[in-house]
Order: sequence, then C-alpha cells, then structure tokens
Amino acid sequence: MDMAVFSVYSFPKKDRLVKNRALTSQQTKKRKQSWKRDGIACLLLAPSLIFLTMFTLIPIVKSFYLSLMDLQLGMKKPIFIGLDNYTYLFSDPLFWKVMGNTVLFSLLTVIPSMVLGLALALLLNMRHKLTGLFRVSFFSPVVMPMIAVASIWMFIYMPDAGLLDQLLKSFGLPGQIFLQRSDTVLPALSVVYNWKEAGFLMIFFLSGLQNISTEMYEAARIDGARKFTIFWKLTFPLLMPTTIFVSTIALTDSFKLVDHIAMMTEGMPNNSSTTLLYFIYQNGFTYFNQGIASTLTVILLIIMLIAASLQFFTADSRIHYN
Amino acid sequence: MKRSTRNILAAFIVLIASAGMIWAGGDQENSGTAKSSNGEEDVIVLQMFYPVQVGGPLTKLIEKLASDFHSVNPTIVVEPIYTGNYDDTVVKIQTAIQGNTPPDLFLSLATQRFSLVSSDSIIPLDDLIAMDGGDEYINDFLPGFMEDSFVDGKIWSIPFQRSTQIIYYNKDAFKEAGLDPETPPKNWDELVAYSQKLVKKDAAGNVIRWGVGLAQQSGSAQWQFGGFCLENSKNGENLMSDDGKKVFFNTPENIEALQFQIDLQQKYEVMPKGIVQWTDLPGAFIEGKYGIIYHTTGNLANISKNATFDFGTGFMPGNKRYGAPTGGGNFYITKGISRERQEAAWKFIRFATSPERLAQWNIDTGYVAPRASSFETSIMKNYYGELPQAEVAKEQLKYAKPELTTYDSARIWRIFNDNYQAAIIGDLTAKEALDKAQAEASQVLKRFQ
Repeated sequence: MDMAVFSVYSFPKKDRLVKNRALTSQQTKKRKQSWKRDGIACLLLAPSLIFLTMFTLIPIVKSFYLSLMDLQLGMKKPIFIGLDNYTYLFSDPLFWKVMGNTVLFSLLTVIPSMVLGLALALLLNMRHKLTGLFRVSFFSPVVMPMIAVASIWMFIYMPDAGLLDQLLKSFGLPGQIFLQRSDTVLPALSVVYNWKEAGFLMIFFLSGLQNISTEMYEAARIDGARKFTIFWKLTFPLLMPTTIFVSTIALTDSFKLVDHIAMMTEGMPNNSSTTLLYFIYQNGFTYFNQGIASTLTVILLIIMLIAASLQFFTADSRIHYN
Repeated sequence: MKRSTRNILAAFIVLIASAGMIWAGGDQENSGTAKSSNGEEDVIVLQMFYPVQVGGPLTKLIEKLASDFHSVNPTIVVEPIYTGNYDDTVVKIQTAIQGNTPPDLFLSLATQRFSLVSSDSIIPLDDLIAMDGGDEYINDFLPGFMEDSFVDGKIWSIPFQRSTQIIYYNKDAFKEAGLDPETPPKNWDELVAYSQKLVKKDAAGNVIRWGVGLAQQSGSAQWQFGGFCLENSKNGENLMSDDGKKVFFNTPENIEALQFQIDLQQKYEVMPKGIVQWTDLPGAFIEGKYGIIYHTTGNLANISKNATFDFGTGFMPGNKRYGAPTGGGNFYITKGISRERQEAAWKFIRFATSPERLAQWNIDTGYVAPRASSFETSIMKNYYGELPQAEVAKEQLKYAKPELTTYDSARIWRIFNDNYQAAIIGDLTAKEALDKAQAEASQVLKRFQ
C-alpha cells in the first residue's frame, strides 16, 4: 500500500488524476483481496484463539479473581478478603520453604540439563557407526511418560534392595536413603529430571548445530584453529539463539514438573521436596482450598512473566542471528 | 479460493458444534434412566466410585458384587468405577461433585465424613435406614466401627471394608532367634527385646533382616500412631475429640509414644532409619526382611497367599493398655441425585452389607466384617478354622478406636504427617514436632468451632 501511495506522487502532475483513478480501482481490488486474506487468517487463527481464551486467558482472570477470595472446602460462596491470601502466604514459613525448594530445584536442573543436552548434541553431531543407536538411547527417556520414569527411579533409589544401594554396597559403602532425607531428596529428584530433560534439550541443540554451515568450520580449520577454539569462538556464539530458546524451555519445564514429585515423594519428608506447582496441587486438590491455590497460581504466573521478559528484553538483544 | 474459505468455515462450525456437545454431554451423562432391552421397564444405572488400597484382586471382587446385585435386582445396574487409592478417590469425588457429575454412591474412608458433610456432598441415611432395616440392622454393626459414621447425631455412612492394624510376625525367624513362635510380643518392652533378637546381619555388618517395621509415610503415619497413642494413654484418650473439631497431639503420653518410635530406629536400631513406606512393608515381610510388621488386616489375604514361611498375627503390642486404630472404607450416598436413585443406591448398600456378603468379603480380602452376625455364619466359622490368624483382628476390636478424624481432614493429616516425619528424620524433637502440629492444626480447625 505504501508503495502505491509513493508511486502516485512520483508521477508528473497532469497524469496524476487519470493514474490516480486507475490506481484507486486497483486499490479497491487489492483491498478486497486483503480483506479476504485477513478473513481467512482470522478464521484459521480462531480455533487457537478460542482455546487460548478458554484454557489460558479465562483461567488467568479467574485465578486472579479467586486469589482475592476465601474459598475453602465446604464454602458455598467465595468471600471477598482482598489481599489476605497474599499476606497469609508471605507470613507462612512453609510458603518460603516451598519457594526455596523451587529455586533450588531450578538451580539443580536448568543449567545441568542444558550442559548435558549440549554435550549429548555435540556427541551425536559427530558422525560414526553408533550415531543411530546413541540417538535412540539418548532420546528414549524423553518419550517415556514421567510416571513410568518415576517408577523406574523409585526402584533405583529404593533403600537396601535398590540398584543404587547395591552399587554402593559393592564398593563397600553404606546404603543411603536418598528420597527420605531432607538434604538429599531434591538433588536425587533433580537427577531424575536431568536424565529425562537432557535428551529433550539435546534435540534443539542438535538442530541448532546442524544449521551452522560447514564452510565456517572449514575456514576456521584452514586458519589453524584448534577444536576447543572452534567450539568457543564459533559453535557456541552461533548456537546462542538456540541456547536462549532452550533456556526458556528448561526454566519453564523445571517449574512445570510435578508428576515425579507426586509419584516419588509427595513432597516428603517434611515438605523438603514440595515445589511451587506441587504446593498448588496440594492446596487445590488435597485440601480443596481454592483461594490459596489461586493465589499461588498468580504468584507462579508473575514469576514466569518476569523470567520470560528478562530473557526477552536482555538476553535476546545480545545474540547474533546469522 | 472461495471453496477453501467455505471449507474452513464449515470445519470451524463443526468444531464449535462439537465443543458444544462436549459441554452438554457432561450434564447428560448422569441423568440416566435407560430403557432396558425388553423396553418394558426402566433400568436405573448407578455409578459407584471405589478405591483399592490393599493387595489382591479387589477389582474383580467388587465387579462380581455388582453383577450379583443386578441378578437379584434386574432394574438396577451398579457400575463400579475404580478411582485409585483412598486419597485419589477423595479428589475424584470432590472434583466430580464440583463439576456437577457426581457418582450416585461411593466408598471412601470413614474419616472423610466431616469433610463430606461440611462440603454438603452427602445425605444422612437415617430415613433410608428407618424405611429398610431400622435399629435392628444398625445395632448389628460392631460399635468400634459404627462409631465413626456419626456427625451431629445423624448417620452418614455404612461400614463396609473396615480394617484395623495388627502385627504380622515371621514364625521361622522367631524360631531362628530362639523365641517362642506361638507368643508374639505383648507390650513395648517385649517388642524391643524380641526385635533386637530378630535383627540379623551378614558378615559385612549389613542388616539382612530387621526386627520390626511400621509405616511412616504421609497418609499412613497417623494411622499406626493413633494405635500407639491409645496404648500409652491414661484412659484410652484418642488423638481427637469425637466431634472432629479438636486435636490432642502434644499430650505428654503422645510425646512419649513418638519418642518410643524414634528410639526403635535410633537407639535400639531394630528398624531401618528414614521414612519406612507403607507399600514396601508387606512385600519386604513376605521376602523375610522383617521379623515383625505392623499392617492392615486388609493385607491378610495377600500375605497368607504369598508368604513361603509360617507366619503369625497378634495384637498391636500394648503399653499401659492395648490399643489399635480402626480404619477403612464406608458407603456414602451423594446429595443432589433423585430420590429414586438414592433408594436404589440404598438397596445396593443393604445388599453389600448383608451378613453373608460381608463375611465373604472378609474372607476374600482380609478386611474385617463390620457386623456381629457375620461372625455367626458358617462360612466365617470355616474360615477361622482354616486361617486362625484372621481371628486376632476381631478380638482386638474391643480395644480399637477410630483413627484421626476431623474436619478438613486432608489438611490435618498432612500437618500431623509432616511434623511426625520431621521428628523421625531428626529435624525436630518429638516434643517440638507435636507442639508444632498441635498449633498448626488448631489454627485450621478454628473455623469449625
């Protein structure tokens, strides 16, 4: 459209009227077409929009509304209590313990799973006979349902008879009760998560690696760069867009993950493995305290928004896209 | 282009319409009287949620119960729907009720009644009882079990798959340790002494058999602990008041009871350290890894079928007195269904709780039949002849009281369990833990007082 307007003014004055009229009819035709195009676009987007409204926007608004209410098991109607739910939670030591657990769990999972994922991707990017086998075996944890994964790892961690304890015993070390101690339960759970998540993140890194053109590597090699230098000066910076994307996924996943906690520990012992999402589940579906569960949901949402915008506004502007 | 637009529009309309149908379907599902095959009379289809908490083929048994009922009452079909363990079942019932698709009747813990009444989810059964059965029916239930059907003087549930905790002990291990295989420990001192003898280590010093095991994980700890508290109480005081509005966690007697359990792990070292899991115990016992375990009578069928050694059962060892917690599931009828369906549900409950049916259920599962007349049936007498270990549960009932039952029970359970575990893993002392549990629970229960 802009082009059309521009061209009108560039024509000599006396032709302008005629040309203008001709262009106008062409414009209306184009406008008609663009209406049609936009209409189709709207129709195509409509299903997602409807589902987004139904399952994301409305619940967000409703959560916010309910977070200002007292609504517990047995109450017919919610009672408006303003910010009382927030002040209650902020003064509850258990809430801060849960937040601490959540942060610790993210620290134990986001960076390690990304490093592991990148390492696996680099390993798979090198071509040799066993690449196919490696790809399948590294990716298999990803396609397994978390509940199945949790069951397998419960056997591994089982005190005494479990695989890990048997292994420790064969080295003459005493058996451990990883899932039942407040100081080992979160690290033990994060191992399970990293084991599963690394294969998933690997896929993104692998596609990122394969998008880097081979000419660059050849040029670097001709210049005499060593493997380590090539990785740090070439591969890693060029992978930055992928890394940013992966870090967002890893962070949201670490907040999102709840099934293996529900399955393996139920937040035990003494809430040492209760993370924010499990706490929400517990308040919502075990205690049926919808007010508190909604308040926690809003808090989770705000945290995620802050994390996402930090990534969007700071990290995203510093990377090179080729 | 035009055609594709129309196609997209059409697809879109279909999508909207189908979404609408899903919504509408939710309400229709339960409205159900359907014509029977001969088209003459209406058949009522009732949905029943039920949990499975113990080993054994419970699903098959409950389906058989439903089909037996249908053959006697051809106009009523009961559809049993398996809903996980007791905890999951509570979630599913509450969710279904909130979503306006409640089951017509369900089996849930006896301890759920306060919460269910306060959320207005169930109906009192007094007038249904008066119509069919009356006092004669109700008075036949053992008082230890009937006790936890009442809220505010009305009856809200009917005992069905009830249980209590007993000890199971490995007679072969007893012989090996030089103990009399016919006399299980009767009190706490004997429990410690016997357990110390039962512990067995290999050459490297690793324990290959523990003396005793009791479940400490969330949702199970409060059950066995209730028994220990009764055993240590002055006059059989329980963990809570009868009206479910108060708890008494931090009495000196209860602190002693908790300290005793900590000592079993830390001081006497007759039990593995850390949190012992409810679900691990029967399997480990069957494998010979424990000399004695505390567990539900509901596992009797499982253990007697799978143990390769001679095993015995006994009362939970007493201290100042004998004590044991009752537990298990009752029948409830949902509020908000038609009167006709309520009566149909009641018919099924009456059928399932007939003395012979309960006796059969007891034999098949190990749950204790809650009616006195069940024990007079010939099948039950034969059963005791074949499996004398089963009789302990019934005898012990004289000393049994309801497990921890309050309003907002899920939350009170969690509060108790968290603090109990904090004491077991050494984060808090027994007194600190129970003081904290008492304070937190009282805070929650305030709104019901």
